[in-house]
Amino acid sequence: MAAQIRVLRRRIRSTQSIKKITRSQELIATSRIAKARARVDEARPYAELMTSTLSELATNSALDHPLLVEREQPKRAAVLVVTSDRGQCGGYNANVLKEAEQLQSLLREQGKEPVLYVIGRKGVSYYRFRNREIEQSWTGFSEQPGYEHAAAAAKTLVSAFMAGADDAEGNADGVQGVDELHLVYTSFKNMITQVPQARRMAPLEVEYSGGVSAAADPDAETGPEAQPSRGESQGPQALYEFEPDADTLFDALLPKYIGARLYAALLESAASESANRQRAMKAATDNANDLIRSLTLEANQARQAQITQEISEIVGGVDALASSGSES
Amino acid sequence: MPAEMTVELVSVERRLWSGDARFVLARTTVGEVGIMPGHQPMLAQLEEAGVVRIDSTDGAKRTIAVHGGFLSVSAERVSILAEFAEQADEIDTARAQRALERADDSDAGKAAKARAEARLRAAEAN
Repeated sequence: MAAQIRVLRRRIRSTQSIKKITRSQELIATSRIAKARARVDEARPYAELMTSTLSELATNSALDHPLLVEREQPKRAAVLVVTSDRGQCGGYNANVLKEAEQLQSLLREQGKEPVLYVIGRKGVSYYRFRNREIEQSWTGFSEQPGYEHAAAAAKTLVSAFMAGADDAEGNADGVQGVDELHLVYTSFKNMITQVPQARRMAPLEVEYSGGVSAAADPDAETGPEAQPSRGESQGPQALYEFEPDADTLFDALLPKYIGARLYAALLESAASESANRQRAMKAATDNANDLIRSLTLEANQARQAQITQEISEIVGGVDALASSGSES
Repeated sequence: MPAEMTVELVSVERRLWSGDARFVLARTTVGEVGIMPGHQPMLAQLEEAGVVRIDSTDGAKRTIAVHGGFLSVSAERVSILAEFAEQADEIDTARAQRALERADDSDAGKAAKARAEARLRAAEAN
C-alpha cells in the first residue's frame, strides 16, 4: 500500500516537471508567432516594390531569360523542402514532408527525377533515415530565418538551375544542373490554419492581365500576390530610362526576386512552425493538468485507504487484547 | 515642377526610411546619378556595395549604406530596393574597420572590402 502511494507521488512529480517544460515552450512559441508575423509584414514593402519593378521591366525587355523559359525536356527537378529544426510542433513536419512526397511522386510520373534540397534538421533526418540522397541542406535557422539564409539557399538553387540549361546539349560545363525549381513550405493562413504548399519557383510564371499564366503548370499553385503581374501596370505606360539596359537589369533582378520569395516562404514557415508548436504544447500542458488531477485523486484515495486500514488494525488489536484479557 | 518627392528605402527585412525629399544621390553600376523632383522615370542597378544620400525636406542629410540595391524612379516617387541596408547610426565602425583590415585579395575578400568601405563612407558622412 505504501509502495503504491510512493509510485503515484513520483508520477505526479515527473508530470509536473514535464508540464513546466511544455508550458514554457507554449509561451515561447506564442511570442515567436507575433514576432514572425511582424517580420512577414516588414518584408512586404520590398516584395511589393520588387513585383512592380519587375512588371515594369517585363514590358520593356525580351522575356527570354533562362529563369522564365520552360525547358523543352525537363529531366531533373529540384525540390526544396522547408522543415523545422526542432520537434514538439505537432504534425508540422509530417504534413510538409507528406506534401513533398506527393510532389516527388508527381514529378516522377512526369518523367522528372526529383533532386532534394532540405532546410531544417527534421527534414534532413527524415530523408537520411530512409537513405535518400540529399543534394544540399541548410539547418539552424528554422525559427528565426534571416535574409542571408534565404539568399544562400537561393544562390545555390539558381546556380543549379542555370547549370541545367545546357544539360540537353552535351552538358558543356560538366555540372549536372536541374531544369525546374520547386518549393514545399507551410503557408500561414491564420493562427488555426497552416497549409503545406508546393510551388514552382522556376521557370517563373509571368501573369498576364487575363489571369492566364504564361507557363501553366498543374502542380504549381502560385499565388497572385507573389507574381510579377503585368495586369496592374496596364494603361498609359511611363517611358523608363534604364541603367544599365533593360535586359541586364532583368538578369540582375530575377535571382533577387527568387531570393525574396524564398525569404517570404521561410518567414511563413517559421510562423507556421511556432503556431503548430504553440498548439501542440497547449494540448500537452492540458493533458499534464488532467493527468496530475487524476493521479492526485488516486494518491489521496490510496492514502485514505491506508489510514483506514491502520485504524481498523489498531481497533482490531485492542479488541483482541481486551477479549483475551477478560477471558483470563 | 514639384519641389519635393516621396522617397522610400526598403531592405528585404524592413522599411528603413520613407518621407519627402528634395534630392537623392546614388551610384549605379554605370555612374553617379542625382535625382531631383520631376526626374524622368528610371530603373537602375546600384553598385553592389555603395552609399545613397537622401536630402529630406526638413534639411537633414541621410547617408545610408546600401548593398545589392536597385533604384526605381517614377513620376511621383523614388524607391530604393536593397538586399541589405544600414543607416549611419546603426553602423559599427570598429567592426567595419576590422573587416577592412582582414579582407584579402580573393573575390570574397574584395566584396567584403567594398562592403566595409561603403559602411565607413556612410558612417563618416553623418
